[in-house]
Amino acid sequence: MSSESVILLDNAVMAFGGRRVLNGLTADIRKGEIFVIIGPSGTGKSVTLKLISGLLEPTAGRVTVLGEDVNALSDAALSAHRRRIGYLFQSGALLGWKTLAENVALPLLEHGRIPPGEIDRRVAAVLEEVGLGASGELYPAEVSGGMIKRAGFARAIVEDPELLLFDEPTSGLDPVMSRVIDRLIASISRARGVTCVVVTHDLAGALQYADRIAFLKEGRFLETASPEALLKTRTPDIRAFLDAQFVGGTYGR
Amino acid sequence: MRFTQAPIRNRAGAVLAECGRTVLVTGRSLMLFPCILFNRECRRAFFEQLYTAGIRSLPVATVVALFTGMILSLQLGIAFRQFSQELMVAYTMSFTMFREMGPFMTGIILASCVGSAMAAQLGAMTVNEEIAALEMMGIDPVRFLVVPRLWAMAVMAPLLSFYICVVAFCGGALVGSTQLNLPFLQYMSEVVRVAEIKDLYVGLFKAILFGIMVSSVSCVIGFSTRQGAVGVGASTRRSVVVSFLVILIGGYFVTRFFYVF
Repeated sequence: MSSESVILLDNAVMAFGGRRVLNGLTADIRKGEIFVIIGPSGTGKSVTLKLISGLLEPTAGRVTVLGEDVNALSDAALSAHRRRIGYLFQSGALLGWKTLAENVALPLLEHGRIPPGEIDRRVAAVLEEVGLGASGELYPAEVSGGMIKRAGFARAIVEDPELLLFDEPTSGLDPVMSRVIDRLIASISRARGVTCVVVTHDLAGALQYADRIAFLKEGRFLETASPEALLKTRTPDIRAFLDAQFVGGTYGR
Repeated sequence: MRFTQAPIRNRAGAVLAECGRTVLVTGRSLMLFPCILFNRECRRAFFEQLYTAGIRSLPVATVVALFTGMILSLQLGIAFRQFSQELMVAYTMSFTMFREMGPFMTGIILASCVGSAMAAQLGAMTVNEEIAALEMMGIDPVRFLVVPRLWAMAVMAPLLSFYICVVAFCGGALVGSTQLNLPFLQYMSEVVRVAEIKDLYVGLFKAILFGIMVSSVSCVIGFSTRQGAVGVGASTRRSVVVSFLVILIGGYFVTRFFYVF
């Protein structure tokens, strides 16, 4: 991990109508770091990812990602900027009329800078990496939720992004598959030096791979710390969140 | 243009924003026509939409046109028979169908069969975050999804309109020959004789306009979908209602422009 900032959230406020979801969010996420956001449901974790990706504009404050003020970018510049970011959506968000391999190949085909043979090779490699080497010709409707998530993961990393955003990467998955995804996040980040921001409720996974964990409550980061430091916290809200997942002497699923 | 947006609570503001987006999406889609020629994915989607908008609408269009022609001819025949002017049925049918009913029926059929499906599909894609995923991949949802749909409708609507006119004339001629003592061929030749080239091109222009309006309205409403399955249902219904209104209002102004001024 270097000291270079990849994401700077500067007093970001997000309101929907009169309801403030994010209330002056501030964070500095560094290059190569795995930054995990945890917290109760409905506190704005997914909204934070959407602000970072430029899918939503903050009501107030600044969001700087990979050296660019996301909201100052023109449509064309924002589109080019997003190609430096991989995003795994909670549902996988695959296109239903394309096979898993076609979904993964889509960004490469659409940007048209890579020869077709190279696209096939790269798609096969990332599908293999996520354990879907034999399932590329199946459609999303023909596979399980876990396979959709993994295909979404493959699509997120196929263009070698500098930043990866994960929205609940293990929700709805069995413990074995959750571990596979956890290991993938850790290995991609370590091997390629990619910065990762992970929104999750899965504390056991987060403790495995996180460099820092931030607890989001009422639109603000209540505490940001290393996994070890967070486990020792005395902040009541965080303690309650951690204790709820403490089963059989460990933070399990 | 950003597609993942915070919902606007103010109702008037939301309607205005949607009108503005519809205009922007329509203009952008029209300008992006070269994508159909040069982008393989766009071209494939365009041909698929041609099939959906054109070929799959034919059964409904045939039944609706046939019976509309028969009903109109029957009603007109009853009226004109009092003055022994049965041939006027063919005359009236000719300009009514080419000028108004052909494109109007095309618009209504496209809105209810094709536009509603577009709104539902794009609505489901929006709530499943597939549109956001396209944006994150740096793929313009207008170019990827709207351009093939809008241009397919623009191409198919006039063809469908002409087909509807022909089938309606056949239905009318069938009623003429069986119930109004008007031979089939005489009815058809009268339809062709009185048809003016202006009626034909104004009708086809209207059909193109309705095709474009229905597709852009349906796509924009699809993109604005919120709140899961309920939202998809609401968007589908809204796309049909708004398309009908746009067809009626647009149709009036086109008629006024070509036949009054």
